[in-house]
Amino acid sequence: MNRKTYTKIGLILAAFTLGGCNSTISETGDSIANFKLEPWVKPYERSNLADPIMSMGRNPVALAFAKHVAESREGARGADGGAGGGCGCN
Amino acid sequence: MHCKQRDLTHNSLIKLLPFIGMLASLIFASFLSYASVLPEDRSDVMYHAYEGDGVSIDGPSILLRKQIGNHVSVSANYYADTVSGASIDVRATASEYQEERKETTIGTDFLHEKSLLSLSYTNSTENDFVANSVYVGLSQSFFGDLTTLTMSYSKGWDEVMKRGDESFFEEADRQKFGIGVSQIMSKSLIVGFNAEHVSDEGYLNNPYRSIRYRDADSDRGFSFTTELYPNTRSSTAYSINANYYLPYRAALYADARMYSDSWGIEARNGRIGYLQPYKNFLLDVFVRYYSQEGADFYRDLFDRPNQFNFMARDKEMSTYNGLTAGVSLSYEWKFSETATIKKSSFHVEVDYMKFDYDNFRDVTADAPIGEEPLFGFNASALKIYASIWY
Repeated sequence: MNRKTYTKIGLILAAFTLGGCNSTISETGDSIANFKLEPWVKPYERSNLADPIMSMGRNPVALAFAKHVAESREGARGADGGAGGGCGCN
Repeated sequence: MHCKQRDLTHNSLIKLLPFIGMLASLIFASFLSYASVLPEDRSDVMYHAYEGDGVSIDGPSILLRKQIGNHVSVSANYYADTVSGASIDVRATASEYQEERKETTIGTDFLHEKSLLSLSYTNSTENDFVANSVYVGLSQSFFGDLTTLTMSYSKGWDEVMKRGDESFFEEADRQKFGIGVSQIMSKSLIVGFNAEHVSDEGYLNNPYRSIRYRDADSDRGFSFTTELYPNTRSSTAYSINANYYLPYRAALYADARMYSDSWGIEARNGRIGYLQPYKNFLLDVFVRYYSQEGADFYRDLFDRPNQFNFMARDKEMSTYNGLTAGVSLSYEWKFSETATIKKSSFHVEVDYMKFDYDNFRDVTADAPIGEEPLFGFNASALKIYASIWY
């Protein structure tokens, strides 16, 4: 990957990690040094996320075949698996 | 017939190349979805079938997963398909063929606190093609398990042969670098981002595929000769995805991807789906759209056989779009947590696909050269499988 690609990935990752955090940044003072970033969804609040219908990889064999059918008829490839969903809470 | 077989064989070969290592990546991607935990102990047995553009493909797939202790999980997957018939690429220059491909993947996962290391090896074998690949993936969850970062690398070695030509032997190496992050955004929303860079080097040409060029000496006004591809290719793809839990226990999901490569192919695709459970049933419907601009060296009709250094007429290199709609229904049985088998399910899915090409013509039609109707076709894919959790 060239530098441009790395830069793009870095920017998107940063946006992703920080996105949606505003409501959880608790301002304890005027200085930015006092901002505290905390997980905003507690483990006991993840019952919806732990439901199997929220798992993108719940049927791995079927998923692999579907991707195979798509890729064998399309010029594009890659970035169709990876991180996926999941909440690390089961 | 032999020529037809060769064309068909490599036709499918090229189509299957992206699948080499894919199965491992995809199966282990689902592992990575649950960072900090080992994948579930389960077994799946599937029958798959594809029909479209004169080609039939079907076969089984079996997946076994089992934990060993609290920190290790092992898995094995066997996939096979039998291809018969002849696609438009083959019908234009040859006849029907039949061939088999077998693929085996073995893998293991190691869990250490919030880190999951995944390793796998895949072998895929056809009569005139052998591919071996290794995969390593590392997944780490942090920030109260709201964020999961994954990184992966895979390396593949292909051996390309050609039926009817014992002296023909070529090789190609493939590498994939992937990075992804999934983020819990709220109590009901998970989003993900993935980027993957793929680089190939070696014999990337298809010895059976042909370009079409003008030939005044031919009855039809054109002839065919072997395609010529560059010996390197690099591509980068970015994708985002999201799953949203609806208040009445249903889910919406969507994903989108952008792709570009050094051959000039630019593509994008998007999908949206809906999951609705009802008692022990689960209904899943989705629609997916794909479009691409073709490779720089693609043409439907060349002026002469050696017009350019690189020449392709593979329809997957052309400019086209495709629409897929799918529906699946599954039924789940739950048993006691203390029973040997804790859960099982039966699943049926049918996908319907439609492809329309913008600069790939149907040369089997009776029309003046270069004025043949643009090609298009419909296809369907069937998946039937049973799963057990233990």
